[in-house]
Amino acid sequence: MSTKTETAAADRRLGEDLLVATDLQKHFPIRRGLLQRQVGAVQAVDGLTFTVKRGETLSLVGESGCGKTTTGRLLTRLIEPTGGTITLDGRDITHLSASAMRPMRRDIQMIFQDPYGSLNPRHTVGAIIGAPFRLQKVKTEHGVKRAVQELLELVGLSPEHYNRYPHEFSGGQRQRIGIARTLALRPKVIVADEPVSALDVSIQAQVVNLMEDLQNEFDLTYVMIAHDLSVVRHVSDRVAVMYLGKIMEIADRTSLYERPMHPYTVALLSAVPIPDTNRRDNRERIRLSGDVPSPINPPSGCRFHTRCWKAQEVCKTTEPPLAELAPGHQAACHFPENTTKLTIDPTGSAA
Amino acid sequence: MTQHEDNLGGAAIRPAPVDSGAFLQVRELRVHFPTDDGVVRSVDDLSFSVDRGKTLGIVGESGSGKSVTSLSIMGLHKRGTAKITGEILLDGQNLVGMSPERVRLLRGKRMAMIFQDPLSAMHPFYSVGSQIIEAYRIHNKVTKAVARKHAIDLLDRVGIPNPKSRVDDYPHQFSGGMRQRAMIAMALSCDPELLIADEPTTALDVTVQAQILDLIRDLQAEFNSAVVIITHDLGVVAELADDIMVMYAGRAVEYSTAADIFNSPQHPYTWGLLGSMPRLDRERTERLQPIKGTPPSLINVPEGCPFNPRCAYAGTNGDLSFTVRPEFRDVGGGHHIACHLGAEDRLRIWDTEIRPKL
Repeated sequence: MSTKTETAAADRRLGEDLLVATDLQKHFPIRRGLLQRQVGAVQAVDGLTFTVKRGETLSLVGESGCGKTTTGRLLTRLIEPTGGTITLDGRDITHLSASAMRPMRRDIQMIFQDPYGSLNPRHTVGAIIGAPFRLQKVKTEHGVKRAVQELLELVGLSPEHYNRYPHEFSGGQRQRIGIARTLALRPKVIVADEPVSALDVSIQAQVVNLMEDLQNEFDLTYVMIAHDLSVVRHVSDRVAVMYLGKIMEIADRTSLYERPMHPYTVALLSAVPIPDTNRRDNRERIRLSGDVPSPINPPSGCRFHTRCWKAQEVCKTTEPPLAELAPGHQAACHFPENTTKLTIDPTGSAA
Repeated sequence: MTQHEDNLGGAAIRPAPVDSGAFLQVRELRVHFPTDDGVVRSVDDLSFSVDRGKTLGIVGESGSGKSVTSLSIMGLHKRGTAKITGEILLDGQNLVGMSPERVRLLRGKRMAMIFQDPLSAMHPFYSVGSQIIEAYRIHNKVTKAVARKHAIDLLDRVGIPNPKSRVDDYPHQFSGGMRQRAMIAMALSCDPELLIADEPTTALDVTVQAQILDLIRDLQAEFNSAVVIITHDLGVVAELADDIMVMYAGRAVEYSTAADIFNSPQHPYTWGLLGSMPRLDRERTERLQPIKGTPPSLINVPEGCPFNPRCAYAGTNGDLSFTVRPEFRDVGGGHHIACHLGAEDRLRIWDTEIRPKL
């Protein structure tokens, strides 16, 4: 009887909401003049609501300037949100002070995009990976050095690298050092901001595989920030597509890639170059014109209407809400695609 | 009948890497940089050619020598630091050893380059228009007004909205995609016969990348230029290239038509590149198949085949992979590879081990 309830509880824990963002906002003020009066704001993130379930990988994708990196920094509380709430494992961390946040940092860690800029060049690998233990005053069983060496082995580096400096390593190895550092305190959530985009193709695959292995081993939850849609499909359970600070579409991987509903998602998918010369001539590509508008002065109504080929009058005036159009599949559009059971091939091979 | 034989039958005789009639011919190019630690062999014995109207894609990881190759064609290496030997023939004229003044006359007019990072490749102090006008007036004796008109036309041609007013903007006022377009406009200002694009879309978003690739394709059709596109992204070359050369550690390891490279690649490194990439057009695979290890140092290139420490098939032919550098040779129909594996082994491994996992 008791074992039954225990397993039921464990199952529930695996699928429960670990990280919840509600109406999350970040506006960066623009100040001008002698008195530094605020004259406007960059609406980097403007009302995001999503949940990350325990054990899953949620990816945030979008073009540069869509607010995905800002979102990652908000979730890890590296910057202060302007509005909304963030809940981590049932606890509201939206406006915790730095000292109140510190114990929580064991649970939420970040992998940075640039493996060259995110490691202190004057510290040895041992000092870099050992820093979390020191800062959190964690007592390790056989001393910090031993713990660091175990972490190095875990991410596929040699324990002898303990006394080396970051410049002695290649980009892929540095990214592994960064991953070892985030793993030191066995976090629940890792926010990974473009973890592989600075790496060569062959190294990219090594790091992607490593992150998958670690997720299985430690039941990690990932929030992955990326712009490469092929990599995102490979690693994610669910995907959120962002545009100008808002979520346009959020769905599980299969339905997003096979039945994208938002025109922006359709356009993004059709723009991905496919490494197959046979597809070259018969692909139907949706060309989006122009660039992403400025987040200082975002378009009225639906933010995508200036570049959307389906836009009509209503799109300019009324902002479409993020609505559940199919089970587990939300999109914010007045005229969504693929809402009926018709399936299309996003790569356009059928076209 | 295997795919490979299909290609042989269909494509007739492909040109060898160096076609003696081609517009750009590179023969046995070596670019070495002497340093305190030893000689960096960035490019070692590289040969290829591109004709007008054709696109060659050069694919490789960082440190494979692809950018060094393009810079040496453009004559942009600093004199004295790089030791360049071999031949680079542009329409019959050898650029290696030519005086910088003469190369400067060719640059812009006969050959032009699109750089990876448009923000650092453009001068921040001059307006976009004046940078295009400068290049145009060096090669054409026209008045400023005519050159300005030409610059506006070009900006319009590459899709800059409202070019009449944007021509006086500075590079920082342009977005990333617009800067890359402006640089393409600058490169095209004198209708170059050879256009080298070094990672032209790497810094750009995927929607903008698609726009830029379309633009390069359209402009090539219009001006009938020879185009060399350098990238690490196999998707990009699949969109544009007629022929593809895969480089590793400063050397070519595989060269063939684009269709051949994607349908029946024969070098283990090319297999590795294809297996490392998650693909949108295939069923999702459970695991990626990365290449083990990291690219070698160009000071201490491994003995024998440079790829042998990372190759899963090294050693299947006795000691050959570790002692003898494989010759870059034609294995049929213009498909060149540098590998010790026998023809039957290559086809068998591709058909049974590699292709099913992609």
